[in-house]
Amino acid sequence: MDLAPAILAYLVTAVLVLGLAWRIAKFMRAPVGLPIAVTPAPRTSAGVAWRLTKEVLVFASLFQSNKWTWFFGWIFHAALALVLLRHLRYFLEPVPTWVLWLQPWGRYAGFAMVFGLLGLWARRLLVARVRFISTPSDHLMLLLLGLIGFSGLMMSFVIHTDLIALKRFTLGLFTFEWSALPGGPLLVHLLAVGVLLMIVPVSKLLHVPGVFLSPSRARADTGRRPVARREGA
Amino acid sequence: MATPSFAVPALAEESLPPPLQPGAMAHSKPYVANKAIQEALDYPGELVSDWHDRALTKLAEILKRNRALQVYLDACVHCGACTDKCHYFLGTGDPRNMPVARQELLRSVYRRHFTLPGKLFGSLVGAQELTKERLEEWYSYFYQCSECRRCSVFCPYGIDTAEFTMAAREVLNTVGMGQKYANEIIGKVHRIGNNLGLPGPALIDTLEGLEEDVKEETGAEVRFPIDQQGAEVLLVTPSADFFAEPHVESLIGYAKVFHAAGISWTLSSHASEAGNFGLFTGNEAQMQKISQRVREAVLELGVKRIVVGECGHAWRVAYNYWQKLIGPFDFLDPRYPVPQHICEFTHELIERQALVFDKEANDHRIITFHDSCNVARASSMGKVPGGQFELPRAIIRAVANHFHEMAPDTIREKTFCCGGGGGLLTDELLELRVKGASPRMNALKQVVDHHQVNFMATICAICKAQFSKVLPMYGFEMGMVGGVHQLVSTAIRLGRNCE
Ligand code: SF4
Ligand code: SF4
Ligand code: SF4
Repeated sequence: MDLAPAILAYLVTAVLVLGLAWRIAKFMRAPVGLPIAVTPAPRTSAGVAWRLTKEVLVFASLFQSNKWTWFFGWIFHAALALVLLRHLRYFLEPVPTWVLWLQPWGRYAGFAMVFGLLGLWARRLLVARVRFISTPSDHLMLLLLGLIGFSGLMMSFVIHTDLIALKRFTLGLFTFEWSALPGGPLLVHLLAVGVLLMIVPVSKLLHVPGVFLSPSRARADTGRRPVARREGA
Repeated sequence: MATPSFAVPALAEESLPPPLQPGAMAHSKPYVANKAIQEALDYPGELVSDWHDRALTKLAEILKRNRALQVYLDACVHCGACTDKCHYFLGTGDPRNMPVARQELLRSVYRRHFTLPGKLFGSLVGAQELTKERLEEWYSYFYQCSECRRCSVFCPYGIDTAEFTMAAREVLNTVGMGQKYANEIIGKVHRIGNNLGLPGPALIDTLEGLEEDVKEETGAEVRFPIDQQGAEVLLVTPSADFFAEPHVESLIGYAKVFHAAGISWTLSSHASEAGNFGLFTGNEAQMQKISQRVREAVLELGVKRIVVGECGHAWRVAYNYWQKLIGPFDFLDPRYPVPQHICEFTHELIERQALVFDKEANDHRIITFHDSCNVARASSMGKVPGGQFELPRAIIRAVANHFHEMAPDTIREKTFCCGGGGGLLTDELLELRVKGASPRMNALKQVVDHHQVNFMATICAICKAQFSKVLPMYGFEMGMVGGVHQLVSTAIRLGRNCE
């Protein structure tokens, strides 16, 4: 039996987890220094949590700045979230009922995801301002995500994959009972996912931890709050 | 300066994103600081021969101590949401003035020298070697950012281009490419105590003159005390308030408020400047050193409260950094926050009905309010977030009858910079300043046309100076701009305390 898929899966996971941990540690090691919360900012941590919740769930700031980018971006991310949750069925046994319930939604969310991506790509190509700031890697990122979405949809709706074998493979990864991976579009899908996960720690995908670590957003307004007496002051 | 060699943008209903004109502002550069100016601040006097390595070392050092920059460099997704939010882009059409494009000037170098993908696949990820040309580009475009933070409000991650600007200026300074305007002023504060270089005796003279003027005009003995031991309040205000028009009108306003409320106060010749250009150059040590004068004055004069006059970036520094840089102030009157904004001070008196106004005295004015960006997006006032918007407006409403807001996407946290902030208020950058003011001028034009507005109040010394210069170029009256306390000054009744 071919062990390569299992080894790759472990490798990808290791790069993702260790790489991300390293990057986040690097962020955290750099002190915030003087406060730079962009105001009006909440003055309590509960307020900050609420501010971030709005940013993460409805992209509140983006909504204010550009309706089209917000529309495509939010659709893409929300659909991606649904799709990811749906994928839990390939990793959990027995499959929780709520995941089963999500199944039909998650399947069609794949279309919304690709739609959102195409919208974002169109903006990148058609709006001169966005085109000006785009690097080749921005296009490649969209290509990669598009490939993942498209190959996923292919499997869901056109060339079905042997799900029993797939699940045996994924569960085997946890118990070290490796089994063969079914072929077809699944290989393209998984390869692309693998690449995506591996570049998380070195690419703009760092915006995910970034939202929570941005000192201008994720910090309370602590202006005028007295600080402890300094040495020798 | 002679007549400008550029076209003043035509006024429009809205500030729509202009077509891209790459390089349109590439020629805009501030004067370089000379050896004496640089060395006074411990920077090299001219471009050092090992600029490449020194710049990268400095950048590495900044990255290590500034989480914001680190996160911002990595987190930007190039979504473009910020691209049409900068007044300098809207006014010039130069795509390098789009906030994210400005960031890329630094980010590309960071990619190339500090990240794996940048080292391996340079051009794929937009990485670029730090070259002399790049440095020149930095010198141009990081002096086309007023650090106003409007872009940050609109970014999904709050990425604040001002942090890039400060970092880049700091790097430029360390390799010997300093900006004359800001660095010269910082040197003046260290030597003399204020940005304008007004020595103590000149200040005393000016203040005596003001006492006479007010006496003549109102009959009241309004005092302008300086270096008064044991006064209750130390007022720290931008030095422009001492002599520039319309700034001085606000100083008179503060004095009248103190007078009417019967609260003793004093200025300080040692700390005769609220402004702090250390913020603009991103040098925390300078910012600390400049602020330190305030602490020294507080201790020397034995005051119980600190109040800060109308100045945008000064209030940012005072509100956010004084406690941290020159605190603690646990020996001051604990009933008041340290420091207080003059608007908080006046507003509290109004709430307590300790001041009486003849609002009709302002009836010749139809007023609008320009939120100064450093107050709006980098500080607060009062007890709840957003007080920085409400308090000045509440004061205006208490002292005048006619007030109209400009368009909602041009005020409060979305306010447009005046175009002259962040260390750009210098004549050689006039083209940039005029063009950068166009979004504000467009918004003003709307309220002028629809509500006959003839007065734009603001609480920032730089805004006042900048608008005084650019308003006439857009066909408005120069005297249209003035301080909130100028309005207070007009309407306040002085009778009660001087009978
Ligand atoms: S901080 Fe202000 S001036 Fe600087 S890029 Fe952002 S919007 Fe423009
Ligand atoms: S809005 Fe923020 S993430 Fe988007 S391009 Fe601008 S800086 Fe980058
Ligand atoms: S001068 Fe005024 S408007 Fe301009 S940056 Fe400063 S506070 Fe903002």
